[in-house]
Amino acid sequence: MDGALLFQLLLNGLIVGALYGVVAMSFVLIYKASQVVNFAQGEFLLVGAWTCWWLLVEWQLPFWAGFLLTLAFMTLFGIVLQVVVLRPLIGEPVISVIMATIGLGIFFQALMKWIFGVFAKPFPPVFSADRVSVLGLEVQSAYLLSLGISVAIMAGFGWFFRYSRHGLAMRATAFDQQVAQSLGISVPRVFAMSWAISAVVSAVAGVTVGMVNGVSSALSFYGIKVFPAVILGGLDSVVGAVLGGLIVGVLENLSQYADSQWLNWGNLTQVAPFYALLLILLIKPYGLFGTKNIERI
Amino acid sequence: MTVMTPAGDFRGSYRADTTIFPTFGSRAALWAGIAVLCLAPLVLDRYFLGLLINVGTLGIAALGLNILVGFTGQISIGHAAFFGFGAFASAWLHEAFHIPVLLAIPLAGVMTAAVGLIFGAPAARLKGLYLAIATLAAQFILEDFFARARWFTGGVAGRITESPAIAGFAFDREESYFYLVLAFVVVMFVAASNLMRTRDGRALVAVRDHYLSAEIMGINLAYYRTLSFGIASFYAGIGGALYAHHLLFVSVEAFNILFSIQFLSMVIIGGLGSISGSLMGAAFMVALPEVVQAGADAIAGGAVDRALRIGGNISFLREMAIGAAIILFLLFEPDGLARRWRLIKAYWKLYPYSH
Repeated sequence: MDGALLFQLLLNGLIVGALYGVVAMSFVLIYKASQVVNFAQGEFLLVGAWTCWWLLVEWQLPFWAGFLLTLAFMTLFGIVLQVVVLRPLIGEPVISVIMATIGLGIFFQALMKWIFGVFAKPFPPVFSADRVSVLGLEVQSAYLLSLGISVAIMAGFGWFFRYSRHGLAMRATAFDQQVAQSLGISVPRVFAMSWAISAVVSAVAGVTVGMVNGVSSALSFYGIKVFPAVILGGLDSVVGAVLGGLIVGVLENLSQYADSQWLNWGNLTQVAPFYALLLILLIKPYGLFGTKNIERI
Repeated sequence: MTVMTPAGDFRGSYRADTTIFPTFGSRAALWAGIAVLCLAPLVLDRYFLGLLINVGTLGIAALGLNILVGFTGQISIGHAAFFGFGAFASAWLHEAFHIPVLLAIPLAGVMTAAVGLIFGAPAARLKGLYLAIATLAAQFILEDFFARARWFTGGVAGRITESPAIAGFAFDREESYFYLVLAFVVVMFVAASNLMRTRDGRALVAVRDHYLSAEIMGINLAYYRTLSFGIASFYAGIGGALYAHHLLFVSVEAFNILFSIQFLSMVIIGGLGSISGSLMGAAFMVALPEVVQAGADAIAGGAVDRALRIGGNISFLREMAIGAAIILFLLFEPDGLARRWRLIKAYWKLYPYSH
């Protein structure tokens, strides 16, 4: 394999992986704050992207206005879901909570198909230049933007959890709910906030992917790709989520290359992350950075 | 021996405590239920018989999932893949080795159980959401296998299956196939009821209720978690094989993740840890699309239909109904239809003094 191709594959992998990382991060955020495994994460991307598309195409809004309105809507969406569906299930067994988020996922995916149809629809062009050259490689400008946005979101998360009051409250809640409560933190509010932030961040990722590939229900597959990433990084580690996302992105691209060169299976790129997932679960079930659970009787 | 039982649990001996059907009433109800179902082909037309057959095949697989989820407390989001494996295995055994279909169905169950044990190996160490994610991976890996293994599944074209036959008599009509499925349902459900009163079944329940205490009492956690996975896959394989020989055609795309989720919702809606509930859940999930369809037909052509474009989008409406049913049951009836049924029975038992 020659160096240029390898470099291209790595770059593609990192760009896609950064997006996986962002989605994985918003997944981990919900899990850390409220111990809910959100199987509807992909539908957050879907709903966000379709909302933005609808505002831009049907209402002819300029991009910044449509984008901000989308974020506002997603904030509300996340809070409403948490309050109406997830809050009554606090204290129920894991399977009930998992099933509730799966139910939400099916519901919104079908609803989006019903409203917007099953075919991919392109975003109105946002940039003047379609492709730019980076280090001698042609890269779509939307991809560059997505990489930029991903890095910005990650930096934003870092600042939020280290310095902001709400971020510290969230970390305290994740560490110990009772102690957090006794220090005057409103735990229900932290839960709702984590869902709102997660929905907003996912929507940003959804819009970014939509600008590159067009909006379609395939977006919700990002919500499933998240699982290899978070298991690899450890379910409750934000840094691990980002790293896991990057690794899964690179792994996908490399396996695609291996597939086309030697194996000719045709769909290894789709399945390789899941083989990796099973392997990790067998060897190191708490991931690279996750906390190992020690249980006492 | 009377039909009436005293209000309360008065079992004097260990033997009485471990019977499958504790009262005369429950035995009578079982026989009456079977008798009524035996008469069903005389009354119902073929369409409804087809629905009942679906309830039976899906119900067997749902029972397997309930043994895993409801009795052992392990989660599986890949049940439809095992169901599909059973379907293909039975068709393949019949075509490649000319094994009679009636023998191929249980053999397919055994093959599926073997595959389940392979994927159950990680399950022995995992629980809760880690297991959920591992079985999600199993779902995608098996789906990928179906699409690739042409010798086994017929590839994209799918596989044509044949009706079971014994001594020149073919179960090729809805009426006769109904009796075959009924026989399988009775055997599988009685076997599951029996399992739950044995040493192994009680060990499974102990693993669910408190796995650490169970381990301290000498229950081998890894063994029973893997065993439960094997049993669940066996049931899924039998159900899938029956499903395949009823439809006479199996397609590779049928056994997707949405199907897996439908199995989980059958278990949730029927009631976790309830054997009869699995059948009720299957009936509910078979009836749900029919009800949605009937509702859509009722308002077809009206203003609402035109405004919402319901006519062409009925399949999405069905999916939404599944999602909504899962959420609503979890919020308002988390113990499922089985609990509702117990409440109704209790009401009539105490009538007219119930309140």
